[in-house]
Amino acid sequence: MSIESRSPPPQYALRLKRALGGRAGWGGFVLQILFVLILVWIGYEIFVNARANLENQRITSGFGFLNNTAGFDVSQSLIPYSGSDTYTRVFFVGLLNTILVSVIGIVFATVIGFIVALGRLSPNWLMSRVAGGYVELIRNLPLLFQMLFWYLAVLAALPGPRQSISLFGAFFLSNRGLIIPRPIGQAGLEPFMVALLVAIVASIFVHYYARRQLFEKGKAIKIWPIVLGLLIGLPLVTALLFGVPVTVEMPELKGFNFAGGLRVIPELVALAVALSTYTAAFIAEIVRAGIMSVHKGQMEAGLSLGLGRGRVLRLIVIPQAMRVILPPLTNQYLNLTKNSSLAVAIGYPDLVSVFAGTTLSQTGQAIEIIAITMGVYLALSLLTSGIMSFYNWRLSRSLGT
Amino acid sequence: MKRVSLALSFAVAAGLAAQPVSAQTLKAVKDRGQLSCGVSQGLPGFSSPDDKGNWTGIDVDICRAIAAAIFDDPTKVKFVPLSAKDRFTALQSGEIDVLSRNTTWTLSRDTALGANFTGVTYYDGQGFLVKKSLKVNSALELSSASVCVQTGTTTEQNLADYFKGNNMKYEVIAFTTADETVKAYEAGRCDVFTSDVSQLYAERLKLANPGDHVVLPEVISKEPLGPMVRHGDDQWFDIVKWVLFAMVDAEELGVNQKNVDEMAKSDKPDLKRAFGTDGNLGEQLGLTKDWFGRIIKAVGNYGESYDRNVGTGSKLQIARGLNQLWNKGGIQYAPPIR
Repeated sequence: MSIESRSPPPQYALRLKRALGGRAGWGGFVLQILFVLILVWIGYEIFVNARANLENQRITSGFGFLNNTAGFDVSQSLIPYSGSDTYTRVFFVGLLNTILVSVIGIVFATVIGFIVALGRLSPNWLMSRVAGGYVELIRNLPLLFQMLFWYLAVLAALPGPRQSISLFGAFFLSNRGLIIPRPIGQAGLEPFMVALLVAIVASIFVHYYARRQLFEKGKAIKIWPIVLGLLIGLPLVTALLFGVPVTVEMPELKGFNFAGGLRVIPELVALAVALSTYTAAFIAEIVRAGIMSVHKGQMEAGLSLGLGRGRVLRLIVIPQAMRVILPPLTNQYLNLTKNSSLAVAIGYPDLVSVFAGTTLSQTGQAIEIIAITMGVYLALSLLTSGIMSFYNWRLSRSLGT
Repeated sequence: MKRVSLALSFAVAAGLAAQPVSAQTLKAVKDRGQLSCGVSQGLPGFSSPDDKGNWTGIDVDICRAIAAAIFDDPTKVKFVPLSAKDRFTALQSGEIDVLSRNTTWTLSRDTALGANFTGVTYYDGQGFLVKKSLKVNSALELSSASVCVQTGTTTEQNLADYFKGNNMKYEVIAFTTADETVKAYEAGRCDVFTSDVSQLYAERLKLANPGDHVVLPEVISKEPLGPMVRHGDDQWFDIVKWVLFAMVDAEELGVNQKNVDEMAKSDKPDLKRAFGTDGNLGEQLGLTKDWFGRIIKAVGNYGESYDRNVGTGSKLQIARGLNQLWNKGGIQYAPPIR
């Protein structure tokens, strides 16, 4: 007796129906199409109406303004810029300033946040209370006030450039910012940089080799003398061969301000301090929650193995806590980037100040400029969350979950 | 505040996209029952609120005069304080009917912004305010100085032109509001605060020790300040334009707030035309016959407004200078009402 194998009923149509229409079937599919059509129609109406209104009022539109001369100056730019450059250049100056302060803010906020969180969890009574006080104070005050505080209160306390606080005659602190000697590249710079790069790559290689030896053969290799030798020795040898890589230009007082030297403007300092301390308060709470989500048995197990508290945290607790920490941490990074647009209140030339501010009021092209600016913040945020998702993916892979 | 301004810009973009253009500004104002007037966030002499929230100033008087001409009531005005950088978008989007906010008349603003200037309420120029202790006597000695400036103004560009033209280096720090700019100057962030001279005098009064600061003699630009209206409504453009002309003409004709009732009964032909006892000039504007009398009764003539707000009757004590009438050595001149 043979049993004829029955072919399964063809489910493709059913599947397609479910995918397109959900549980409601084909009726749902029609509704979805209708919904999309309405959205497209609204978008189209907005676009056409805006264009007609702009034409009616004879407001200039389009992106031609980007090639016009800006005609105003900016206090800090990472790329060469002068008033005779175009608005496109202004855009990039503002964008780079926004990215600069965001990156500085994110790095410091993370470091301060972790330190405060560990402090708050510390068994030391005083330390945990101080950390707790920091969190409660900082996160309950509006960011704008903190920015103005750091800017005006601290700025007012600093002396003028002629009476600036000097350190070794090379560093000067005044209400014009922090002035440091400016490094100037010489002929020996390129080989020096190449040597440094080689040293870094070699160090990474050594690190992985040592780890492999440890895991496979149980042989622990002390790598820090090798790494130190590579990182210092190699560039030093090239410097001796090819000459000094950099000389420094010392700042000196001329007229009202310092001439020469590199200057960190107080607006950048105030903004970076305000953003990182403010965001750090939130990050501290996120990290604390993450660490507390790891069962205390893990900590006890680590301690009973004879590991120190620091090592238990670093090797056992934090890697597990990271899974809980990462998503809200990403949110804080995004918030920080977006909050950096408050810079305009203290005169830091970020994207909103120079592009959505000065450029907008000089050209009057609100729609184009606001659209570009929103696009930039969207792109920055998506980029940040993309990087964090990648990190999260790697993390979950390494934890084997 | 910053979020508000960004939100405003966004709302403007959305507003431009959604709102049909209304050419009937006068009708809209009448239906609403009040005039919506864009002013500064507080510039003594031009537009600033007192401790009771009443707005005063030359720019404010223009708004009140327009309201008086339409409603016969100078209080029917909603004042919308705007930063320099938000003012044009507020006008473009229809949030305000008229922008009367110490705004410099330039070609690009008259064209590309989709708005028109209606006249000049105040002839100004850009200058520099410095601390006396710096011992600077001329703007040409300002090389390598740090300069505080309000963003979104012609000032920013004039500054760049002036320092470049004289081969001087400088550092510019731009703030959104005048208050923030002055605070940074006071905190010592900058050596110089630059703006229109009238504004320098006004802001100096707000400093802790006004006597420690001095306005340098150089005036580096022409800054004719005047009200603005949107493109596309010629009737409204005419009304705003002629309200200012009426105030200037009134001074020339010798009509002021005190004698306005007497003068209205005058037999002189030019006064009869202005007061509407002869002809219907006011109605041609879309207003009433007695529009001229209403304006002068409410705010007085141009000279009275000047003296009360920025001149000898005010704290600012700025001499009439260019803003004197054309037949008294100045350049204030209005076409005749006929």
